[in-house]
Amino acid sequence: MSSRPELLAPPEVFYDDTEARKYTSSSRIIEIQASLSERALELLALPDDDIPKLLLDIGCGSGLSGETLSENGHHWIGLDISLSMLDVALEREAEGDLLLGDMGQGLGLRPGVIDGAISISAVQWLCNADKSSHNPRLRLKAFFTSLYKCLTNGARAVFQLYPENLQQRELILNAAMHAGFSGGIVMDYPHSSKKRKEFLVLTCGQRSVNTSASSIKGKGEDGESWSDDESEDEENKTVSISDRHRPRKKQKHNKSGKGKEWIMRKKDQMRRRGNEVPPDTKYTGRKRKARF
Amino acid sequence: MRLLTHNMLSSNIKGVTNGFPLRIEAEKVVEKTVEMNADFLKKMFEKIQWKAFIDASRAMGYTELPEEVDPTTLESDEFLSKFHHALLELHLEEGALVCPETGRRFPVNKGIPNMLLHEDEV
Repeated sequence: MSSRPELLAPPEVFYDDTEARKYTSSSRIIEIQASLSERALELLALPDDDIPKLLLDIGCGSGLSGETLSENGHHWIGLDISLSMLDVALEREAEGDLLLGDMGQGLGLRPGVIDGAISISAVQWLCNADKSSHNPRLRLKAFFTSLYKCLTNGARAVFQLYPENLQQRELILNAAMHAGFSGGIVMDYPHSSKKRKEFLVLTCGQRSVNTSASSIKGKGEDGESWSDDESEDEENKTVSISDRHRPRKKQKHNKSGKGKEWIMRKKDQMRRRGNEVPPDTKYTGRKRKARF
Repeated sequence: MRLLTHNMLSSNIKGVTNGFPLRIEAEKVVEKTVEMNADFLKKMFEKIQWKAFIDASRAMGYTELPEEVDPTTLESDEFLSKFHHALLELHLEEGALVCPETGRRFPVNKGIPNMLLHEDEV
């Protein structure tokens, strides 16, 4: 079975009551979600003026990420497609307002009102076409353009995501850039495949001066920081990605067979290894007649 | 759902040019007390569309807010606490939001508006 939930079923089906229950009962999931949202909030680099902000939590699920936002004193609006998860959020008494909606249909929000957006492990769902009417490219476009509109000038959006492969990462990034965002990917712990976490940090319009670029840096265990530049690209190339969607390599099938040259080479190889090999004669690798 | 969110929300149906504000059909309204933060209120005041906000608060059965406001009214504590109450403490628990242009109803259950669109509305 695949460990990637988005390959199993659409989100509104996958996150049913039993799956949603895990988000209240499993302390491990809760801990991971909390640390991810903590980090996402850090990357948002909100101005340090103690005024609560109005944030958006896309794919808020059971409201675990929203809890982190509430703890930091912010107001938030959460959007999710799974009613079961939202029910859990109600149970957990999430302080933000919850909306049942599909981010691929675009966010129905007024322009320029949201101070920042976070999203924990949600955007990669958009890359799947779960219904015949779904087109991942259009859904990503609808999502990012509507997000760009509703953010205030200079606001940031931070997405924690698990892209399946390079193409998927490219697809997401392209959609974001086309919508007008600037930014890139921040990777925490790039050298550890288990601990590695990817954050897509996007900025909407002009950034105010008081936040320095130094805040956008990935975390490394050895204190070495990785920023979104060349070093990380190299990292990407060396990472092996298992991908069940990749078509199998077709075996080269030549009508005329492998040829005499190939047979001779193989026979030589075998001889050198000391195997018993029939002698080369005029019949070796000869052409057969068509009726054979 | 609080009126804060209502004031940010607009109808997202394909072809709708002005999906704001969504009309509120309130069946059940609940109140939850939260701490007041004057700075946040002043900041939100700039973003709120007052006309829509007033209509929404009336639809929820709260009529204390003045029709006309200007930034100087923000200095009054009395006004601020009313504003705070309407913005953050009133929750629409059951009811519906109605798109002003198409009349499409988005039902609200347990405080969660269902904003999912049908396939032909995307």
